[in-house]
Amino acid sequence: MLLNASGCLDALTAPGVARSLDGFVTKTITPEPREGNPPVRIAETEAGMLNSIGLANPGRERFLAEVLPRLCELGVPLWVSVGGFSAADYAETCARLEGVTIELNLSCPNVDEAPEGAAEIVAACREATELPLYAKLSPATWNLAEHARAVESAGADGLSLVNTLRGLTLEKDLRPTLGTGTGGYSGPALKPVALAAVYACAAAVELPIVGMGGVRTGLDALELIAAGASSVALGTILFSEPEAPARIRAELAAEAASRNLAHPLAAHRMALRSLARLVAEAGNGFEKRLQIGEKHSA
Amino acid sequence: MRRRLLSVAGSEPVGPYTLLRLERGDLEPGEPGQFFMLEAPGRVLPRPMSLCLATRSELAFLIDPIGPGTRTLCELEPGAELHLLGPLGNGFDLAVERPLLVGGGIGIAPLPFLSLRLARIGSGRPPAILGFRSEWHAEAAALLPGAEVCIEPVLVTALLPEEPHDVLACGPEPMLEALRLLVPSAQLAWEAPMACGYGACYGCAVELDGELKRLCVEGPVLRHGGTHGSPMSPLLLRTGPASRAWAPAGQSPAPPATVGSRAGATSSDL
Repeated sequence: MLLNASGCLDALTAPGVARSLDGFVTKTITPEPREGNPPVRIAETEAGMLNSIGLANPGRERFLAEVLPRLCELGVPLWVSVGGFSAADYAETCARLEGVTIELNLSCPNVDEAPEGAAEIVAACREATELPLYAKLSPATWNLAEHARAVESAGADGLSLVNTLRGLTLEKDLRPTLGTGTGGYSGPALKPVALAAVYACAAAVELPIVGMGGVRTGLDALELIAAGASSVALGTILFSEPEAPARIRAELAAEAASRNLAHPLAAHRMALRSLARLVAEAGNGFEKRLQIGEKHSA
Repeated sequence: MRRRLLSVAGSEPVGPYTLLRLERGDLEPGEPGQFFMLEAPGRVLPRPMSLCLATRSELAFLIDPIGPGTRTLCELEPGAELHLLGPLGNGFDLAVERPLLVGGGIGIAPLPFLSLRLARIGSGRPPAILGFRSEWHAEAAALLPGAEVCIEPVLVTALLPEEPHDVLACGPEPMLEALRLLVPSAQLAWEAPMACGYGACYGCAVELDGELKRLCVEGPVLRHGGTHGSPMSPLLLRTGPASRAWAPAGQSPAPPATVGSRAGATSSDL
């Protein structure tokens, strides 16, 4: 299943691109409207890009009244990305939604306000809705697998991995390029980070995972699936190549076929299966060392 | 929303700029002031460029090599291939009675195509006034035959005629700010950093009618007419004294770093 990463597509200005995906994920919706951050908001690096959009969105009420009805007309399964600055913010938005999948943005690097703990927010949203709840986590933590276990215990139905990493670029005069100084780093450089995050979380929890981060090709998507993702989302690539979904879908099928796999999802957790085999062969002592290693490298 | 793969037909130096000519195939040139996203080979993001000239067989873009992406584009050899997305955005409204084209620096980029289109629907080429920071930069005026040209420290606003005209302009922000004050009805082509050009990234947000809107969707050509704010109004203030220094009298020198370097979704680099 191919999605867009939240904030990387507007289905209303590019409906054809949205329809080329298996689901459309909205920009993050917060309770109040947000203008977003001052320019400059975009910077390119050698291996990716920074953004400091800052969760610009029309706010919950206008989204529900004006945007969501139009999105529903597209005929594409909808994922609504929900943000906020307290557990109650998130829960209230969740309670107002129906017929969609919810992605809780627990990890925007462009917003200063620190939200409450991810598990606490997930628990509050679980109380508020029976809709599928995906927790989008940041890879910028040493114990990601523990975060994954915590949101699983709190009632999450799935994980979205990963959000951007915080980055900084400087101009010739050594001042920051972006109006906000730092921004979220995405693009090709993020792929190994995303793979490691998916791999660590897939080993830790049973939840389905939407893998994203630097996907440009079908092989990138297949690798995320092998690391434990059951869906893949496209972000930065959509900016340069709006027709990427169809290409990546075709490449993904070809990459799977070239490995004698009946379907791309036949590669699901393949990277972990080899790990499991190693563990089985080496016995408990190896498993213990592996867990310690995971803790340090996650 | 599909990109096309085009071949480089050739490229020529024009002062400090490069005119990159692409074999257009069946790709439509769109309206003057609209722009294309040009793949910058080897870079992560494409670059927004407004169309400079269109012939039956070619599309040409005037590019200022100010960063890694634009340098790559200027160095492309004939036969090289690159993807284009477009035409995108809203161009100039050509239904004007007394057109006057105003350009500053690389902001001249969309004016040759605009001039030819206006000539086709009107009577001859419209008058044009152009400002550049040096004689070398002013070599680009050759793309717009008959234009009146000034070189800094004289600013292009000093060439504005007394009688009213329908101003269609592209140039650096301080020039556009000055024109907005002097000629409120002017059609101005603005520039903002863009990752996508089709409304996906929200990188090019500017303030219009008191709200942040995407320049790639609402612009890049905006008709102000006193009904809405400037892209640079307080909500997103980024030009300070520079715009005031340039304003009505048009005699104060603007900071050299901004003059003629970037303009109107025509030549931005990241």
